[in-house]
Amino acid sequence: MSIKKFAVAAYDDEAVLFPAVKKVRSAGYKIHDVFTPFAVHGLDEALGEKESDLHIAGFIYGITGTSTALGFMGWIFTTDWPQNFGGKPHFPLPAFIPITFELTVLFAAVGMVLTFCYLNQIMPGVKKHIFHPRQTDDKFVMVIEVNDTNAAETEAFLKSTGADETNIQIAESDWWYGRFDKKEDYEIQQQLA
Amino acid sequence: MHLKYESTIREALVDGNKSYHQVTEDICRPIEGKPTKLWAIGFWLSVSLLLFGIFCVSWEVYWGTGVWGLNRTIGWGYDITNFVWWIGIGHAGTLISAILLLFRQGWRTGVNRAAEAMTIFAVMCAGQFPIWHMGRVWNAFFVLPYGNTRGPLWPNFVSPLLWDVFAISTYFTVSLLFWYSGLVPDFATLRDRAKTKFRKMAYGFASFGWAGSAKHWQRHEMLSLVLAGLSTPLVLSVHTIVSYDFATSIIPGWHTTIFPPYFVAGAVFSGFAMVQTLLVITRKVLNLQEYITIGHIEAMNKVIVLTGSIVGVAYLTELFIAFYSGVLWEQEAFRLRVLGPYWWAYWAMMTCNVVSPQLFWFKNLRRNIWFTFFMSIVVNIGMWFERFVIMMTLHRDYLPSSWSYYVPTWPEVGFFLGTFGLFFTMYFLFAKYAPVIAIAEIKFILKTSGQNFKDKMNTIEEKADEHFLEEQLSHH
Repeated sequence: MSIKKFAVAAYDDEAVLFPAVKKVRSAGYKIHDVFTPFAVHGLDEALGEKESDLHIAGFIYGITGTSTALGFMGWIFTTDWPQNFGGKPHFPLPAFIPITFELTVLFAAVGMVLTFCYLNQIMPGVKKHIFHPRQTDDKFVMVIEVNDTNAAETEAFLKSTGADETNIQIAESDWWYGRFDKKEDYEIQQQLA
Repeated sequence: MHLKYESTIREALVDGNKSYHQVTEDICRPIEGKPTKLWAIGFWLSVSLLLFGIFCVSWEVYWGTGVWGLNRTIGWGYDITNFVWWIGIGHAGTLISAILLLFRQGWRTGVNRAAEAMTIFAVMCAGQFPIWHMGRVWNAFFVLPYGNTRGPLWPNFVSPLLWDVFAISTYFTVSLLFWYSGLVPDFATLRDRAKTKFRKMAYGFASFGWAGSAKHWQRHEMLSLVLAGLSTPLVLSVHTIVSYDFATSIIPGWHTTIFPPYFVAGAVFSGFAMVQTLLVITRKVLNLQEYITIGHIEAMNKVIVLTGSIVGVAYLTELFIAFYSGVLWEQEAFRLRVLGPYWWAYWAMMTCNVVSPQLFWFKNLRRNIWFTFFMSIVVNIGMWFERFVIMMTLHRDYLPSSWSYYVPTWPEVGFFLGTFGLFFTMYFLFAKYAPVIAIAEIKFILKTSGQNFKDKMNTIEEKADEHFLEEQLSHH
């Protein structure tokens, strides 16, 4: 939780954004984040982000489900309360497959979605600063953290990369609990100033 | 990187010259406007149907399952027929969103949101039937394997009925997660456009605070891909397990290995028909013809004619195997299906499912809205009769003195109507308050499959190869 100063640039199209990201990075600026209205393929690579490891988490949750199902049913049928169902064996593996499969999928899906929410820090009731009201509509917004000395220069540089809107914003860089219909204190102060 | 040539045969998936902003406008407009009179009438009709259903179910709970037309011979009637029918309808959504995603079928993007919503609502309806069929419904939680003081007595994990509990609850949960994870960014779009305080708050809550960071989108893509991979075998497993309810029993006519694939094909068949029924109306009412094009409708009609033919082959195979097996009971069960007291149900099924969908081999019928709508209803009726025919195999068993004839009573019919109320109530709410088309996904395919992209291709195709390559490489 910290309030910082940012230079913000909004681009019209991903075709303008890509060269801009390249220029900004090669000029030595560190990009805080880029917000896009949809998943732009190749942007993560252009920003130097590494591949997501979410699928590995999914695999681990999946095998947890598999072993939970097999272990639990096996324990019940062989140890806790062995019963005779039509002379079938106490550990009938083929008949355990359906539930084992379902639990594998259930654990993997639920676990992955929760991990996804945790990694992205999203949850009902969470609020984040929206740098441009149309960043979820049609604007591609690049944000660079600045200080008092380099703010104007950074903004000018962003303008030169083809942005059609640039400005300086003081904003919370992290998430917080809040409602989108209410303005936060620092937002009100900024408006007054 | 774009390809240099564009197919002249493949239709655009988004018609008209759309910008990203125009896409948002088009899809959000019905949500941001006031509900129309037509919507209000439809919604309240559905709610009253739902209330009537609740009354019929309460009646059944109060008096017991004796108020239904079931008897000792025919223990499964309307309730299980309707259960299998609804769960079958619930198969199209995940097929469209998961399997077609893995197969890289671009046209799924226009229809997946609504189809998935339909899936979730259909599974909710389906779930009602086995629950209320339990009779002493307050003991429904006995199907869950929880620590108890009854022995400890565990559910029977090798019973297909218990597999159903796991399969359907998993299917519902995973479909819901898949659907909602796609909705989160679109709710964020609605939130940032919201004018009123209440909408800002409600969509802010529903959007989980999504901002659209590049890293988050990367994880979102990964999540969608893995969920699609998980849902693909899942959707096939669910109706397979439903078919085990019948196939693992030793009733002649049910005890067949053809059931799993035949059920899955039938489920996809009826599911696509229901998607057509809903979308043909939705696209018109919400003015989304440019996103759900005739091309989309034709693609779904192709799936209908394919799965309809698979179902037809399965019906004929069943008859042949009954004959070829040489088993007297099996032969008699099928003779009774075709010519017995329920012959009308069998022939209704044959006409609606096998004969009439064959008309979709004609291109101009596949692309005809009115015909598509009419056929979607016919297919749904046919698939309902298929389940009814299977259920009514019970009407004659080994003992002639217990032969019977089943007619549903009013609480059963009312219960079925009530699930329509539930389904349409949910669908009306969804169509009014959530984007019926995945906004972010449409924007993603706009520049590769939209009409404006296709129009631009002429100038690109005229370029020299080296020039084109150089341009593409400098781009990224």
